[in-house]
Amino acid sequence: MVAELVDYIMSNKILLGISKGVVVGLFIILYASLMVLFLTWVERKVAARIHVRYGPNRTGPYGLLQPLADGAKLIQKEDIIPYAADRLIFTLAPVFAFAFAVLPFAAMPLADGLILADLNVALLYIIALASLSIIPVIMAGWASNNKYSLLGAMRAAALNLSYEIPLVLSIMGVVLVVGSLNVFDIVKYQTEYIFGIIPKWIIILQPLGFFVFFVASIAEMSRIPFDMPESESELIAGFHTEYSGMKFAMLLFAEYIHMVFGSMLAVLLFFGGWHLPGLGYVLSFLENFLSGFAYTVVKWAIQFGVIVAKALAIMFVLMWIRMTLPRARLHSIPTFYWKYLLPLALINLGITAVAVAVVG
Amino acid sequence: MLTGEYIAIGVFALIAMVFPVITFLLSRLLRPTKPEPDKYLTYECGLIPFGDARKPYDVQYYLFALLFVVFDVEAVVLFPWAEIFKSFGNITLLLIEGIIFIVVLALGLIYAWREKALEWR
Repeated sequence: MVAELVDYIMSNKILLGISKGVVVGLFIILYASLMVLFLTWVERKVAARIHVRYGPNRTGPYGLLQPLADGAKLIQKEDIIPYAADRLIFTLAPVFAFAFAVLPFAAMPLADGLILADLNVALLYIIALASLSIIPVIMAGWASNNKYSLLGAMRAAALNLSYEIPLVLSIMGVVLVVGSLNVFDIVKYQTEYIFGIIPKWIIILQPLGFFVFFVASIAEMSRIPFDMPESESELIAGFHTEYSGMKFAMLLFAEYIHMVFGSMLAVLLFFGGWHLPGLGYVLSFLENFLSGFAYTVVKWAIQFGVIVAKALAIMFVLMWIRMTLPRARLHSIPTFYWKYLLPLALINLGITAVAVAVVG
Repeated sequence: MLTGEYIAIGVFALIAMVFPVITFLLSRLLRPTKPEPDKYLTYECGLIPFGDARKPYDVQYYLFALLFVVFDVEAVVLFPWAEIFKSFGNITLLLIEGIIFIVVLALGLIYAWREKALEWR
């Protein structure tokens, strides 16, 4: 009965699409939400450790329940929309912020074979959707009718104009090396070895490209040193000054989801995705004990775990950077990106093209 | 071909839009509402807000915006080139064409730099 239903869904393209969208989509939203809750705790804990203090330690073991307490607090808060604000856009901005933050995950593989939509232009889709994230920020800043919010939104726009092109060009280096826009192909390429020992992760082939990508994606996540839209010591809270309650929570969610997205993209493009040296032996060992479907589920769980672990390592570096560096001044940021990072990205692209043509 | 995949994205987009709305409705059931006129004023560090925020605003980075449009389009043009680079066959032709394109891009950047378009004014 169940098998027949599964077969019928598998045979019908439209039904398959809808069920994939619902099942994997809910999984992605669950994953992103849990990750955000966890990250708010990690961020405070890491910050505390770097400042030599304790951080949250009252709610649950090691303060692990702190995010839930915060959520329970935020959901009970009164929802205030200022008289001067544009009510419709003010309400829509957090909705779009959340939607645009999770949508890029649709074309990102979570494990070998586990993906919401296996597009042939996956990278282009991811970049396009990720760059939409500026729109809710501008909506929020404009609709609030608050001077600080508007300034925050304008700064976000300036930031967006700066990081976008170096980011796209550095990703293009990866596309040149692999010869495909599909993220599956990119990860598959990285499962090979150089001289039989060194894993062929693209960071080894594209160190300059990764540097440009990383600096640009810090701006994409709008984190210190490039956290222009917020800059809380200058603009109170930037574009979400006027927000309260769940709407504020959604904007915060979107911001942390950008962080999850950026580090996952870095893992998939530069750090071999779900590939770990030696993991292949473990999987083939497991294959002897488990049959078809159970094996697939276990394999997916392990590979997804590897991606999340690598992403968490990158997020730790991001938090470290945030605790170490001061905020850059606004007027130096576009100049920095256009004068230093963009030429670097162009040089990287040229070198990569020549190298690929020579070595193959 | 890929219809199923795009339908999946559409369904996902719908879910992603509905999720925040559900949380808003949930919070409506739980939260208090005690309207007071002063609560609904625009926040300006405790002062009584003056004027409207939506005034003509000096966007000092408009030249970056102009350059951005040009470079973004050129980046999109480069994507198909990068994708077929390995599988095209005549790799020398593609390499020369690509290098010419990148050099033209770089020349454009140098021109903008020399014209002081890359300064914050």
